[in-house]
Amino acid sequence: MRAYSVCMAVREGLLALLHEGPRYGYQLKTEFEAATGGVWPLNVGQVYTTLDRLERDGLVEVRGIEGETAPSQKTYAITVDGVAALGEWWEAVPSDDPPPRDELMLKVLMAIERGDDHALRVITHQRTVLLTLLQAKRKERRTTAGETLAARLVTDALVARAEADLRWLDTCEEHLQHRPAPAAVTHSNTSTRKASR
Amino acid sequence: MTTDHTTQPATDAATGHAAVEFFDVVKRFGTGSNEVRALSGVSLRIEPGEFVAIMGPSGCGKSTLLHLAGGMEDATAGRVYVAGRDVADMSITDRAALRRREVGYVFQRLNLLASLTALENVSLPLELEGVGAKQARARAREALAAVGLDHRLDRYPDDFSGGQQQRIAIARAIVGERSVLLADEPTGSLDTVTSDAVIELLAGLPAQFGTAVVLVTHEPRFASWTDRVVFLRDGRIVDDTAHPVGAGVGGFR
Ligand SMILES: Nc1ncnc2c1ncn2[C@@H]1O[C@H](COP(=O)(O)OP(=O)(O)O)[C@@H](O)[C@H]1O
Ligand SMILES: [Mg+2]
Repeated sequence: MRAYSVCMAVREGLLALLHEGPRYGYQLKTEFEAATGGVWPLNVGQVYTTLDRLERDGLVEVRGIEGETAPSQKTYAITVDGVAALGEWWEAVPSDDPPPRDELMLKVLMAIERGDDHALRVITHQRTVLLTLLQAKRKERRTTAGETLAARLVTDALVARAEADLRWLDTCEEHLQHRPAPAAVTHSNTSTRKASR
Repeated sequence: MTTDHTTQPATDAATGHAAVEFFDVVKRFGTGSNEVRALSGVSLRIEPGEFVAIMGPSGCGKSTLLHLAGGMEDATAGRVYVAGRDVADMSITDRAALRRREVGYVFQRLNLLASLTALENVSLPLELEGVGAKQARARAREALAAVGLDHRLDRYPDDFSGGQQQRIAIARAIVGERSVLLADEPTGSLDTVTSDAVIELLAGLPAQFGTAVVLVTHEPRFASWTDRVVFLRDGRIVDDTAHPVGAGVGGFR
């Protein structure tokens, strides 16, 4: 769902690293991965494709190479336009396409279409799955002794997002349980939803 | 964990018993129009050394569940076993002993005795048990060391920070090889970093002492440290990460 913005972020991430000084493509890959706590692996091909686009757009230039050279030997540097683009990125507020359109939300909305009873079961199940996922993440991190600050912050980000999703699920459940019984024209299973819990 | 909840637990020491086990437990408060059903048919088995979170909205019965698990209150119906013994069959004296020997509590509100030193707060439960003062203090020191406190033990609770006081409370709850630790929102009054440290400490107890730890919390952040999360709604278990209801055959098909 966030494919587009992820792609954008890699571009800007590479620009941010190049702002520190010129770098080789492979060096950018390893520095990007270290900075993101190992949760955002890049393949070298992806790095070069992104660098080519940045070069085409005039945000990056190839330095100190004459004639035909293998990509791995090229050094990349940020241009003045690149620095300006990066500046705009630091200022901009990160956003998914507003309004929010994520899969969890779609799932719950579709489940409500099918009937409150089904929706409550989906909510209960998604909540359990999210917590199980968090437990697994925590276990993973606990076994990697001496985690980096980046890794720790990445775990915190995952937890914070899952928390937001969990809170939203709680809100959905509350609304479903407290809303007046829907009119008789809707699905027949709504009237039995209490009994089945 | 997958025991058939309709039967009684095995009491054979060789097979081992659960740390806490609930069989179709109902707890009502009040009567007539004032009646509140705090728990409506809860079956739950918690193994020795398990770290379990109980989650659910306010008023769903979490604290009631802990009170029953600690033998502090009686079930209206159903059976509660703590450390392999049916709480309802126990005399008042036995029950008091159970609360001192087998079960430790940590509450949200810091509840140390202000007139006793840190060391005395922790050794008190042992001394009440008749353990000699010298030995009781030696074991209290060990428990305090396990929670990362090894100096200034002759100071009074007020001389410690909130996080340190909660550590002292945990030490008091684990001293003397208790089989169950019940923690009811133990981080309620603490800041995030201190809270994380307290939960991390609780998370280490099962492996270190074989204690079963039951943690009531609203926070997914803390629940994520546990082995298992049980979800309560309106006095019923609606899901359990150890046996998710939505999974497999009969789930969403
Ligand atoms: N001693 C009591 N007398 C009357 N009602 C009580 C008592 N203790 C708890 N309750 C009621 O039982 C329900 C569950 O309470 P509790 O276990 O404290 O919930 P939680 O800890 O999940 O917030 C609530 O409706 C509460 O008002
Ligand atoms: Mg409570």
